[in-house]
Amino acid sequence: MGTGPLLLLATLEGTVMAAVLALAAVGLSLTFGVMRVVNVAHGEFYMLGAVLAWAVAQAVPSAPLGFVAALLIAPPLVAALAWVTDTTLLKRLNYDPESTIVATIGLSYLLQQGALSFFGPDARPVAAPFSLRLQFPWFGYSGYKLFVVLAALLVLGAVWLFLRRSKAGLVMRATQVDRNTARAFGINVDRVYAGTFALGAGLAALAAVLVVPISQAHYLMGHDPLLLSFIVVIIGGLGSLRGTLIAALIIGLADGILSMLYPPTLAKIVATLAVALVLVFRPQGLFGAPAR
Amino acid sequence: MLRIEGLTAGYGDKIVLRGVDLRAEPGHVTCVMGRNGAGKTTLLRSIMGQTRRHAGIIHLNATPLHDLPAHEVPRHGIGYVPQGRRLFGPLSVAENLEIGLMVRAHDPATRERVLTLFPRLRERLDQPAGTLSGGEQQMLALARALCLEPAVLLLDEPTEGLQPSMIRLIRDSVTTLKAAGVAIVLVEQRVEAVLSIADTVVFMAQGQIAETLPAAGLTPDAEPFRRHIGI
Repeated sequence: MGTGPLLLLATLEGTVMAAVLALAAVGLSLTFGVMRVVNVAHGEFYMLGAVLAWAVAQAVPSAPLGFVAALLIAPPLVAALAWVTDTTLLKRLNYDPESTIVATIGLSYLLQQGALSFFGPDARPVAAPFSLRLQFPWFGYSGYKLFVVLAALLVLGAVWLFLRRSKAGLVMRATQVDRNTARAFGINVDRVYAGTFALGAGLAALAAVLVVPISQAHYLMGHDPLLLSFIVVIIGGLGSLRGTLIAALIIGLADGILSMLYPPTLAKIVATLAVALVLVFRPQGLFGAPAR
Repeated sequence: MLRIEGLTAGYGDKIVLRGVDLRAEPGHVTCVMGRNGAGKTTLLRSIMGQTRRHAGIIHLNATPLHDLPAHEVPRHGIGYVPQGRRLFGPLSVAENLEIGLMVRAHDPATRERVLTLFPRLRERLDQPAGTLSGGEQQMLALARALCLEPAVLLLDEPTEGLQPSMIRLIRDSVTTLKAAGVAIVLVEQRVEAVLSIADTVVFMAQGQIAETLPAAGLTPDAEPFRRHIGI
């Protein structure tokens, strides 16, 4: 295959990765932006989404229906678990930044070991809802992967509309700016926090359900998305939706293209260098607001 | 009427207010004065449920406010303009007003009344609140609180750092609200501003009410001002 087609294939792979990464990272960014909580268990909510998707798909006999059922059931279940976690754990810690980091480290361990105990150590496949293959002159490409990109774009667009146009989004943005003043105007900040934490976890789970027909469900699969989500929100700026999307595109495309043309380690080196440069020259991230 | 009796409150275990009694009646301006650290802002924050109460009661008419979670207090008709305005800076002027209107179920008539009172805000509805001038920000802070159609309005140093024309505008707005029957509790350091609108002046020192006097008998060089705020 010539350089041009190889570059096209690498760009497609990078775009798929960027789409999934943006979905996973936007949840982490929202949670930090609104609640100032660094959710170390975010990767495990992602993993739980994938594992639950497998469990739901197993219970439904046909492949397309199994996937659709997983898409409808797994993210709300994970969001509900996150809601309960917020009200029983984070709220009791008064959302103290240091305490919540320690608590979510403990939670991530519990979720990981729980998944291992209930679902076992094997990687579990979930069938894609359709098996369309797009034939380019140089190679064939999975139509499902392009569906993942489209679905991620739709979901991210919906998140943007929700934040910018809905009453709940306005309340979340006001709470993000100043929670005490928000309370003085009748906003139930506890409920906003629980909803934000649930939304963030639900988005991570949704990303996982979309990705599981490509990469399989496994109890240790939360590590990479967590690390990459942190890289994305550090580069994009914590709490900035626009920054998260652009950083996901940069990291996803860089990873896809570099991994295809050079040894995969180079992509990781570039991501690490990008984080280091951002931390040194613009610690608040490309689109984040400076610390007050 | 807002009635506070024996209020002891603070932040965590640190007590700032000690046995405070205060009344704010409809159509009446109660000015709270005192040196820095006397507990004036803590008093307003305590009414809003934003501090830890150790003892005492806060009632609005027959409704006890002291046991309510902070977000329930404004629903009972308490409007608050905090010190330093505390606007939602990245949100537009319209969105800041929208937040204020949520308690009133987005009543368009209320929004219209508030924008009639502050017509300059109508020209800036799409502008981020953080980019307004200091005077416009104070107008917005007051307008946002008025969107609640409060029975009691708490104002924490609303004229701080403003030019004279803006101070007059804020004073006129407070006079209008007073005439409309709103009970106003005003924390203010400027004696002339206090004497021009106050009915009662309450002096605080070290978290306690040191003296309560009718404003009518006070002059700018009166002894209580020298004694309690050092001018």
